[in-house]
Amino acid sequence: MSTISSYLTAEHREADVLFSYAEQAIADGDWMQAETWFQRFTAATLNHFEKEETVVFPAFEQATGNSSGPTRMMRIEHEEIRGMFDRVSNAIVIHDVEGSLGLAETLLIVIQQHNIKEEQVLYPMTDRLFGGQHDGMVLQMRQLQSAG
Amino acid sequence: MNGAHTSLALEQAPPISVPFRFFLAAPVFLLAAGGLMLANGPELLASRWHPATLALVHLLTLGFLATSMAGALMQMLPVVAGAPIAFPRTVAGLVHLPLMAGTLWLARGLDRADAHDIRLAMAALTLACGVLLLACGHSLLHSPVRHATVRAMRLALLALTATAGIGIALAAVRVGMLNLALLPWTSLHAQWGLIGWVGVLVMGVSWQVIPMFQLTPAYPAAVTRWFGGVIYAALTLDSATPWLASAPAAWITTGTHGVLVTCLASYALVTLRLQAARRRKLPDVSLQFWRIGMASLLAAALLWLAGQVTSIGDDPRYPIALGMLYLAGFAISVVNGMLYKIVPFLVWFHLQSHPARRNTAPGMKLVIADSDSRRQLRLHTIALLLLFASLGWPVLAHVAGFTFVLSAGWLWWNLLQATRMYIRLAAGSPG
Ligand code: HEM
Repeated sequence: MSTISSYLTAEHREADVLFSYAEQAIADGDWMQAETWFQRFTAATLNHFEKEETVVFPAFEQATGNSSGPTRMMRIEHEEIRGMFDRVSNAIVIHDVEGSLGLAETLLIVIQQHNIKEEQVLYPMTDRLFGGQHDGMVLQMRQLQSAG
Repeated sequence: MNGAHTSLALEQAPPISVPFRFFLAAPVFLLAAGGLMLANGPELLASRWHPATLALVHLLTLGFLATSMAGALMQMLPVVAGAPIAFPRTVAGLVHLPLMAGTLWLARGLDRADAHDIRLAMAALTLACGVLLLACGHSLLHSPVRHATVRAMRLALLALTATAGIGIALAAVRVGMLNLALLPWTSLHAQWGLIGWVGVLVMGVSWQVIPMFQLTPAYPAAVTRWFGGVIYAALTLDSATPWLASAPAAWITTGTHGVLVTCLASYALVTLRLQAARRRKLPDVSLQFWRIGMASLLAAALLWLAGQVTSIGDDPRYPIALGMLYLAGFAISVVNGMLYKIVPFLVWFHLQSHPARRNTAPGMKLVIADSDSRRQLRLHTIALLLLFASLGWPVLAHVAGFTFVLSAGWLWWNLLQATRMYIRLAAGSPG
């Protein structure tokens, strides 16, 4: 029985764990592991974005009649984060330790700032808007869950 | 898409020159403080009322801490509170220059007991603090966010108002414009400044950045919800004591100090525990600075406790040792460590919003290499150890001062290199 907010916040925390494994592998010079974990981190994050962009944001926009407010900002930030994934992956592929650690840390801070805005502003608003309909929306999001 | 993207990202944050002018100026004051110590040596440690000691305190509190914190506030308010500062360049200009000049005048005026310098300092610092408070206060009042960090920032700014107000009154006493009981008011000024302003702001910022940078669990809600307000209430209560008879006043002071120390010590313990449970296990220079800071804060709390129950409290070195642990060990370490996160991140952030640099902006570790910040961390640690040791062996004070000069110079150099990288890359990109 989870709220929209707790469901999505839990996904942030899971992605954090995957990120920390990838970063550790880079620091250890274990490039195979680094690629695998970073790949899993990227996949989990993209799947999370998809749930937000196809289930939560449209419902939010419809309920508030506003598609240029917080959800637009969040979509833009998703776009920015997607753009950064490739740069980190490329640095991992060429086994560039300083480059990939530096970009990974930068990516982490961008994502964390984004998560803070979602967790402190957008998710609580969403929870309030959809008081009785949490289960339905969480179910919709579960159906979008990718394997892995 | 890209165009809209760029302008939105920039809309949120002030121009890079706004925070950087503060970050680049701050280490120079740390360097000056080290220089003063190198020159004066053991004399500085003889008494908290020594003129050079008072000058040193303000080079550190106003010159290094308030300057860095003003820059960080102007940068963080739009992000954390969702409320940008209006006219950021003008505000930055009206705070930065008077703060620099006012700090130098105050330090020189206190050191040489020069009334003319102190009067200039009063005018300049009234302007700097006034503009900073109005600008940040305006932004915070319009903030739609009700987060503990935003509340802590509000309380910290109120505490800065009290600190600056009492500070200017103390300065007026110095130049014969006013008559006040110096002792209690100086203590209140120091408390509002060190605990209400520096302590609460550092706490509020840590609620956000400790979990964010190290992937630690969040701070317990009881801590983030209550500590700022409790500290504020204790400081307010203590501020009534100059008007009370001496017996109840002493009683209230001991009680409120106990509350303040308990909050600070618990904050330090909780932070160390969260950091021990962090998910990111990579060595991290900033984290080391934080840990040194928290350990010093705990040590300061224990020393205070020892001062209450043993005769250590009567030793003239006791207040000096407390000040060293709190100011140099805790506050300066934490701010120094934060600069190594915020400066490289901002270089990246502003470069990647240049269309031509979008996909080539250097990651944080290329802006300031770990090896460079680690060397400065070592110098800072050695300087702190020498400083503490000089309580027992006063001759070491000169060496401690010299090491602080090296450490501050190194910090400055690292930040300067980051800025030069930004300027070089930003100039190389069209747009
Ligand atoms: C508007 C800016 C300020 C002015 C004009 C000012 C002025 C003064 C003056 C005149 C004294 C000496 C009292 C005396 O012995 O006559 C003093 C002491 C002190 N100030 Fe400030 N101050 C300012 C800001 C700050 C800030 C922001 C902090 C801390 C964050 C601070 C911390 C202290 C401390 C700790 C002492 C006492 C040192 C001791 O107890 O030995 N001051 N200040």
